[in-house]
Amino acid sequence: MNTAIYWVVILASGALFGFGLSFSTMLQPEVVLSFLRFEDFGLLLVLGSATGLTMLIYQLAPGILKKPFLVEKFSSKPDGELKKTLIGAMIFGIGWGLAGVCPGPAIAGIGAGNWPVIYALIAMLGGAYVQGRWFSGN
Amino acid sequence: MTGLVGGMSSLYSAVWSYCSNIAFFQKDSHVKSRQWRLVYAAGLILGAFIWLSLPGTEMPVTQVPTWQLILGGFIAGFGARYGNGCTSGHGICGMAALSVTSILAVIVFLGAGMVTAQLVASLG
Repeated sequence: MNTAIYWVVILASGALFGFGLSFSTMLQPEVVLSFLRFEDFGLLLVLGSATGLTMLIYQLAPGILKKPFLVEKFSSKPDGELKKTLIGAMIFGIGWGLAGVCPGPAIAGIGAGNWPVIYALIAMLGGAYVQGRWFSGN
Repeated sequence: MTGLVGGMSSLYSAVWSYCSNIAFFQKDSHVKSRQWRLVYAAGLILGAFIWLSLPGTEMPVTQVPTWQLILGGFIAGFGARYGNGCTSGHGICGMAALSVTSILAVIVFLGAGMVTAQLVASLG
């Protein structure tokens, strides 16, 4: 599993995602915010087509392939507790609506030279720390 | 190909496992995934850089005020981890896996984001 190909594929998948986020203007907080203000519905197409394609793969691939190309089995992520998830989603939405930056573009934005998103990136790390340190229920 | 489930916000918790001894950050799902998540994140930066290197592309540097980036980033980072996912985790991966929880999460964060963005615009 620790083959070079495995890591190259992960890097390339990330690069494809980063390229897509740049190409689709999702790395520009202004565009995200204008979407949230109903001034530009382009991002609905981005989310819609990204989700649609992923859905096709997620729903069909495990039926067609016995196992993924590079590892033994498909991972899945269990749902979190519903109430906690929805509270978190609401808090996340408020932050997203304020900054116009979400966790993926905060990282990819660096590669595209949109430097100020580093503020959001560092702040997100801080938010994740506070959540894990004091609000993770442990 | 790799059978992994993406979603960017988990990285923000997982990287803390490198430098914090707190049990939450040291749990298996963080320690075991931190390597591929970091490589994936490096890919995001690389992909965005490749796009920028193409002729005819330019990235306008954001004019969103710094306090909004910092405060919004902090709140979004907290909320994404509290709610177990962000735009890519619930939005792309969760909805694609037809998770009802994720679909509800997306409706909630889109709604909250829209209300917040409109409030900020009307105040500012």
